[in-house]
Amino acid sequence: MSSSTDLETAKHRAKQELDQHACEMVQRHFHESTGCPFWLQKKSELGFDPLTEIQCYEDLRKFPLFEDEWLRGGPVERWRMKDMSNCPTYVFETGGTTGLPKSRVVVDDFRTDYELFSDTLPDEYFPKGANWLMLGPSGPRRLRLAVEHLAQHRGGICFCIDLDPRWVVKLIKKGWMEHLEAYKIHCIDQAITILTAGHDIQCMFATPKLLDSLCLALEDRGTSLVELGVKGIFSGGTEFTPQWTRYAVEELLGGPAGEGGVYMTPTYGNTLMGLACSKPVTAEEGYKISYYAPQPRAVAEVVSFEDPTSVVGYGETGRVKLTTLTPEFFVPGFLERDEGEREQPFELYPWDGVSGVRPFHQLASSTTVGVY
Amino acid sequence: MIDIPVMRWGKPYESLEKADVSHFETGEPIARVSQANGGLLARDMRKADGARQLLREFSIDDLIQLTAKAADLFENETLPLGSGTQAPDEFVTHQSASTGLPEVMCRSNMKKNSFVLRNMREILDCLTRGLPWDILSRGYGAESRGVVVSYQAQTSVLGAVLPSNSPGVHTLWLPVIPLQFGLVLKPGSSEPWTAYRIASAFEQAGIPSEAMGLYPGGHDVGSTLLASCQRSMVFGSEKTVNQYAGDPRVQVHGPGFSKIFLGEDCVDRWEEFIELMVESVYVNGGRSCINCSSIFAPRHTHEIAQAIAEKLGPTEPLPTTDPEAGLAAFTTPGVGAAIWNMVQQDLQAEGVTHCTADYGPRLVERERYSYLRPVVAHADNSDCAIATKEFMFPFVTVVKCPQKDMIKKAGPTLVGTAITEDQAWIEQLTAATTIDRLNIGPIATNRLNWLQPHEGNLIDFLFRSRAYQVANQDMVQSLNS
Repeated sequence: MSSSTDLETAKHRAKQELDQHACEMVQRHFHESTGCPFWLQKKSELGFDPLTEIQCYEDLRKFPLFEDEWLRGGPVERWRMKDMSNCPTYVFETGGTTGLPKSRVVVDDFRTDYELFSDTLPDEYFPKGANWLMLGPSGPRRLRLAVEHLAQHRGGICFCIDLDPRWVVKLIKKGWMEHLEAYKIHCIDQAITILTAGHDIQCMFATPKLLDSLCLALEDRGTSLVELGVKGIFSGGTEFTPQWTRYAVEELLGGPAGEGGVYMTPTYGNTLMGLACSKPVTAEEGYKISYYAPQPRAVAEVVSFEDPTSVVGYGETGRVKLTTLTPEFFVPGFLERDEGEREQPFELYPWDGVSGVRPFHQLASSTTVGVY
Repeated sequence: MIDIPVMRWGKPYESLEKADVSHFETGEPIARVSQANGGLLARDMRKADGARQLLREFSIDDLIQLTAKAADLFENETLPLGSGTQAPDEFVTHQSASTGLPEVMCRSNMKKNSFVLRNMREILDCLTRGLPWDILSRGYGAESRGVVVSYQAQTSVLGAVLPSNSPGVHTLWLPVIPLQFGLVLKPGSSEPWTAYRIASAFEQAGIPSEAMGLYPGGHDVGSTLLASCQRSMVFGSEKTVNQYAGDPRVQVHGPGFSKIFLGEDCVDRWEEFIELMVESVYVNGGRSCINCSSIFAPRHTHEIAQAIAEKLGPTEPLPTTDPEAGLAAFTTPGVGAAIWNMVQQDLQAEGVTHCTADYGPRLVERERYSYLRPVVAHADNSDCAIATKEFMFPFVTVVKCPQKDMIKKAGPTLVGTAITEDQAWIEQLTAATTIDRLNIGPIATNRLNWLQPHEGNLIDFLFRSRAYQVANQDMVQSLNS
């Protein structure tokens, strides 16, 4: 059988799995015995019965677009699944610089997402049992606990820093650039203290800005991540452009991983969706970054700017639309604040991906991105 | 199409991210400019000291001679530019095509830059008040009267975030190289031409290319530049000015709010000064911080406004190649209309008259760009909001204001031309800290004497004068000789 036939078969299987999963999740979220108060109440406003009329993934388009404003304020119990109401529950928040933050309640989702992500990490660069450094936001953030769980799942211990992104946004809005610089140095100092304290840290999460600052600070001290024994980093954010990746590989991380440098893999995600992995990024492909959502638990589509129910052609530009279908959380189509190009499926991820992710051009000027 | 790389201390770097510089009328790309990222610049700034070390291998005198050679190259020769070359005429057409400035203005700005490069010796002599160059090079020395003085360099390089819409401002950073400081520039997104051409001229003249870095890019490049240079210049809006106000490391060049003040003793002869006022408002498309945006007078203000309106009101946009073209296009869609909306709002206020209203619509919109034809307003008191407004096109408000209130009501003024012979008032004007450049008598606001400092003395910005005591008198003698 040719590889193109293999890919077709894999795509077909993935689609079947997605259809089946979508139906199962709708049954779960809209059944009186299991669903959360929010969706059970919303059901009466829909004008159709999800329990009988959702037969495949495409049928989810019958739902109105998810509005993340629905996640603001309390009580957060309205999002708890009835059959999980006795489970230990976390609440994760996004933003929150002004007004009420958006909240998402979670029981196990973050653990499941990061265990699946763990399967995509090469052991050579993310050794099992190795300790980790989480160089990212602390506080009520999903990312902080998720990375810690990832480290634990792989048999290691995760070291964290204190970083309040809400304070960072306030500093930027006030124009207190000296304070911003001082806070960045404070964060990097914490990271260097951990990295040089003999904890044998070999893996890291870092945002692009902090990774950049960390590498320069280490260089000032006459050392580097390679010298300190770091082997693998995963990172995320819309600043993760091909140029930034190339710069990081060539000038911060000691060259390509195959030639002794630190391995770095980009990721794309948020509190609503989870974590999309990247197709391996290579110099040969111009450091192009293509993300693939963890189907069937989440789907990333590139849709027309004018009609969010219509997917654009391959290679064409559109807005990123996320759908989350986990046993704990149901998001039937949420328009992200990002745009990008639709990418072809391939063997590892036989479903659509998105490349060139960047802030949605109509919102870009009003959005503060990459604050930490 | 020309590919323009990032220049990392003289080494070209082709980025994976590129931005097109396009023709404002057709949208056709003229050049593709590699985009740097902030981290890349921050990393290169570690080598900034090397730029000054390299330049200190030359004497200031040598560098002045090489700068004069660069002036001729800049003005007259075909020079390397990225993947190609650029002749002087191409420089003019490229700059006009991407900025919307008429070619005649581009050519005039080109001459202004080469004039400053060519006359660097006289300019530095005036900026340093005749200080021997050796004192700046070595950091200390003795003046001719035998006093030891020290001028300590506060940085190795000067950084500059350059504008896209005003190619005349480059003269401000040109003296930096002959003063033995490196240059780190973020060229404007639609005007990379001047920075690259001057760098090319310097290199061809024999100044080490490793002394300059050119980092086109987004906002993160600008903020990194300002954060990582010990001394830098930024050109921008009032918002930018406010953001960096009080930061001693940053010299901010924003709106000028330049003004003409007519004194009680001269105002009755206002007709003699109309040409001067028109020139101050209109020259360079009204885009400069040195263009006059307000004229304060105690009487005859209606007649003055009408007379200026008669001269400027009929002005029409002309093709950029027309030697008579006096208006520059707004090349970003929607900007012309947005500015016109702001102007209209101010014109509707009580006590304000729009004196160019009878000369046809002011906003001229085309498919990709727009023009604003000159606006002359009259304000019957200095409290009207429009009295101290400035816009990026030929715009002026003639404000009725008693002489005794003018200094207080005028507010910050980059260039103030006071037409008066009243000695008592001249003394008050001289003492007014809100006025930067002061012209006494009928001098158009745009007529700069290059031997005078502009918006802060560059020498004071780059050096710190400090105490330096030498016990050994023989050593003082040797410094003196």
